[in-house]
Amino acid sequence: MKLNFKNILGMMGIAASVMSCSYDNYDEPNFQLNGRIVYQGEPIGVSYNDVYIELWEQGWQRLGSVNVAVDQDGSYSSLLFEGDYKMIIPNNQGPFQKIANDQTGNDTIPVNLTGSMTMDIEVIPYYMIRNAEISGGSNKVSATFDLDQIITGANAKNIQEVSLYVSKTSFVDNRTSIATSNRGGGDLEDLSSIALEVDVPERVPTQNYAYARIGVRIEGVEDMIFSEIVKVDL
Amino acid sequence: MKNLKYIYLVIFLAFAGCNDDKFLDREPTDILGEDQVWANEDLVFSVLADLYNRLPDYQGLENWWEYANFDEAFGSNAGDYWRHQNQEYGYDNWEMWDYTYIRDLNLFIEKCEGATEISEESRTRFLAEARFIRAMVYFEHVKRMGGVPLILEPLEYDNSGDPSYLQYPRAKEHEVYDFVIAEMEAIKENLPNGGTKSRATKGAALALTSRAALYAGSIANYGQLTPEVSLPGGEVGIPASMADGYYATSLEASEEVMALGTYELYNQDPDKSENFTNIFLNKSSNNEVILAKDFLVQGRTHGFTIETIPRSLREENTSGGKINPSLNLVQSYELLDNTFAELPTKDASGNPIYYDDPMDIFEGRDPRLLGTVIVPGSTFRGKEVDIWAGYKLEDGSVITSGQLGGQATLPGSNSPVQVVGFDGPIDQLEWSAQNGFYLRKYVDTSVGSGQRGTGSSVWLIRFRYSEILLNAAEAAFELGELEKAADYMNQVRRRAGFPIDLTPGEIDFDRIVHERKVELAFENHILWDKKRWRLAHRIWNGVTTNLTNNPGDALAVSTRVFGLKPYKYYEPGSPNNGKWIYEEFVPAPVFNAHRFRLGNYYSQITDDVRNNNPKIVRNPNQ
Repeated sequence: MKLNFKNILGMMGIAASVMSCSYDNYDEPNFQLNGRIVYQGEPIGVSYNDVYIELWEQGWQRLGSVNVAVDQDGSYSSLLFEGDYKMIIPNNQGPFQKIANDQTGNDTIPVNLTGSMTMDIEVIPYYMIRNAEISGGSNKVSATFDLDQIITGANAKNIQEVSLYVSKTSFVDNRTSIATSNRGGGDLEDLSSIALEVDVPERVPTQNYAYARIGVRIEGVEDMIFSEIVKVDL
Repeated sequence: MKNLKYIYLVIFLAFAGCNDDKFLDREPTDILGEDQVWANEDLVFSVLADLYNRLPDYQGLENWWEYANFDEAFGSNAGDYWRHQNQEYGYDNWEMWDYTYIRDLNLFIEKCEGATEISEESRTRFLAEARFIRAMVYFEHVKRMGGVPLILEPLEYDNSGDPSYLQYPRAKEHEVYDFVIAEMEAIKENLPNGGTKSRATKGAALALTSRAALYAGSIANYGQLTPEVSLPGGEVGIPASMADGYYATSLEASEEVMALGTYELYNQDPDKSENFTNIFLNKSSNNEVILAKDFLVQGRTHGFTIETIPRSLREENTSGGKINPSLNLVQSYELLDNTFAELPTKDASGNPIYYDDPMDIFEGRDPRLLGTVIVPGSTFRGKEVDIWAGYKLEDGSVITSGQLGGQATLPGSNSPVQVVGFDGPIDQLEWSAQNGFYLRKYVDTSVGSGQRGTGSSVWLIRFRYSEILLNAAEAAFELGELEKAADYMNQVRRRAGFPIDLTPGEIDFDRIVHERKVELAFENHILWDKKRWRLAHRIWNGVTTNLTNNPGDALAVSTRVFGLKPYKYYEPGSPNNGKWIYEEFVPAPVFNAHRFRLGNYYSQITDDVRNNNPKIVRNPNQ
C-alpha cells in the first residue's frame, strides 16, 4: 500500500478509533450502604415505596439528594461512591419519630463512607406490633397480635385502625389486598391479643397460598406500621 | 504583480463601503421596539392578547387528556391508559412555577403605567386587565403550590456577582389569597360591566374574588382535618380563624355579581338536557358565561371535537370518542324526586332487568345527565349512536366481535348479523365508547368541527353564573345561612329541570359537594374542589373497592372508573328477546386504584428552584 497522505490519514483514523474504544471514564460506585430502620434492634415494617431516606453530599454546585427507598421489612440499601454523606429521613415519613443524632444534635445522621457499611437507624415508632401470629386455612386467614405503645405522654397518638391484609404477591398492603379486615382504634378494648379474621375470595387463576400482614394506622400519621409478611396456605 | 492589483481593489472597496454609518444602523423589520408598541393602542392590545392567551388551564379543551386523571372519565386512548394504571400521583403533578410569565405581566404593568402616548381610558383599562391576569396567575400558583414569592415588579440583576438580593422567600398561603382579593377590589371599577366575554370585566373580577375567597375559606376550615398538611411558616395552611372572613368575602362578591344584572342562568330551551348542553355551545345569546377563552372558525380553532366526537359519527377517518364519562359520574345524577340511586341493572333478587329501549335505564333522572353524557340509544347531531356490547344468550354467554360493528352468526340462524355497536364497547379497543359512554359537554355539534381542516370554535368557559350561585350557596351554608344556601342552590337546580326545590334543612355538606360535581363536571373544578375540602385523600385512597351504592355521599371511595355494558338479549321465543340488559364492569385497562397522598395537596417545588433560591421552603409530606 502506498504510504501517501490519504492512507496515513486512514490508518491514523483506525488507530484512533481503536484506542478511543474504552468505556466510561468513571468507575462505578462500589460501596454498599445498607441497614434497617429499627427500634431497639427490631426492624420496623412499612409499606413498599412509601418511606424513603435522603442522602445529601456537600460540595456539588447544585444540591440534590439520592433517595433510597425503604423496603417492606424496614431495610434499605444503596450503592454509592466513597464520601461524606448526610442522611436524613424527611419529615412526616414513616410511622415513627426520629432520634437526634449525637454528633450533629439534630436529625441529620452523618455517614462517612469509606467502604461498604451496614448502618441501622434507630427511631422511635408510635407503636410496635408484638407476638404476631398469622395463620390460614379453608380460605380464611386469621391473626392475633399485641400492640405495644412506645410513645406515651405529650407526643402520643391514638390508633385509628388496625387491619389484616391478604395479597396474592409478597407486596402486601391496602393497595394490593384481596381480602381486608379492619377494626377501628376506638373498638379496641385493650392492646393485647387483638384478633382479626378475614375470608379470602376465590383467586383467578387458582392460587392455594397468599401473603398476609397486619397493619396499624395511627391517627395523624400518613404511613402505617406493619408486621412481618407471612406466607399462608389457604 | 497580479496580486497587487487585487490588493488595491480590496483596499478601495473597504474605504468605499465603510462610508455610510447609517448603513449599519438599520431598524429591524421583524421586531417591534418598545417605544413603537407603547405609542400605539392596537399594538399594546396585541401584547395584552398574548398575556391573556398564556393563562393556564389544568384541564381544558386543548389538554383534554387531563380529564381522565381522576374518577370523572375513562381515557379511551391507548396513550392515556397509564392514567388508570398508576398507583399514585407524582408529587410534582400539577405543579407550576412560572415566574417568566409573572415577569412579563409585571413589565407590562410597569410600562403601561408610564405609557403617556395612549389614551387615559385605554391605559386604565389595559392596566386593570393586566392586573386581572396577574391575579389569575397567582391564584393558579397558590392553588397548586401554596404560598409563593409575591413579586409585583420586574426585578433586574445588577451583574454584581451576588444575586442573593433577588432571592425572596415564599409568601404565606393566605397572603397570596389576600393579594388576589385586594387586587380585584382595586381594579373592578376600571373594568367594563359586560360587553365582552373573552376579556376581563367587572363580573370577571368579582367572579375571581368569589372563587378565590371560597377556596381560602375552605382551606382554612377543612384544613383542620389534615393538620400535617401545613408548614410552620404559614406557606402552606391557613389559620382556621380566618375561614369565616373568607366565606363572607366570597358571599359578598357572589352577591355583587348577582346584583349587576348582567348575568343570568341560560334557560332558553324547553328540553332541559339540550338546554344544559347549549350553555357550552351557544355563543350568541348566552348571558351565563362571564369569562371564556374564545375561538373562531377560520381564525383560531381547537381539535377537541375531533378527539371526542362519537366514533361512528366522526368526520375524520380516524379517532374520536376519547373521553368516556365514568359510571361513577353517571350514577351520581339523582332522580327527579331528589333522591340518589344507582342505575337499576338488577332487581332485588339479583336478576337482570330487561328494558325495551336502551335509554329507559337512564329515565327519570337529572336532565343534566343527558346534557353532559351521550348514553346508549341517544342521538348526537340528530343521528343515533350505536353503543352496545353484544348479544347475551340465555346461558349468560356473550356473542360479540373484536371490531366495531363486527358481524357473527347467532345460534339458530344462517347468516351473520352485526353483533356489536359501531361505537363499542369492545374490551381494549380505544377511540370508542369503551366504557359505554361518550362525552357530550363541550362537543361541538356544528358540521365541520370534527374535521382537521376546520376544527371547533367552542369556547372554554372559565367563569359562569352557575358557579357563582354555587359558590354563594356554599359560602352561605358554611356561615350558617341555610335559607340563602337553599335559595341559590335551587336556582341552579330549577334551571337543570328539577321540579321540587330543596328545603334549607336538606342543604348539607354532601349536597354542596354533589351539586358542584354534577353541574361543573369536566370544567376543571374537580381537583381543586376535592383538595380544598381535604376530601381527595379520603375518596382516592388507593383501596380497590366496588362502585359505591351511595352516589350522594361525599366520602364515597371512588378509586377506579367503572363502565356500563349494554347487551341485547337473544332468546328467540322468549318475551325478553331483543330487550336490553346492562352490566357494570371495570374497563380492562383500569387496573390500579387512584391514591392521593398527603404530599399531593401541595405540589413539589423542584430542586432547581430551591437550588437557585435557598430561602424557598419545601412543601410538606413529600
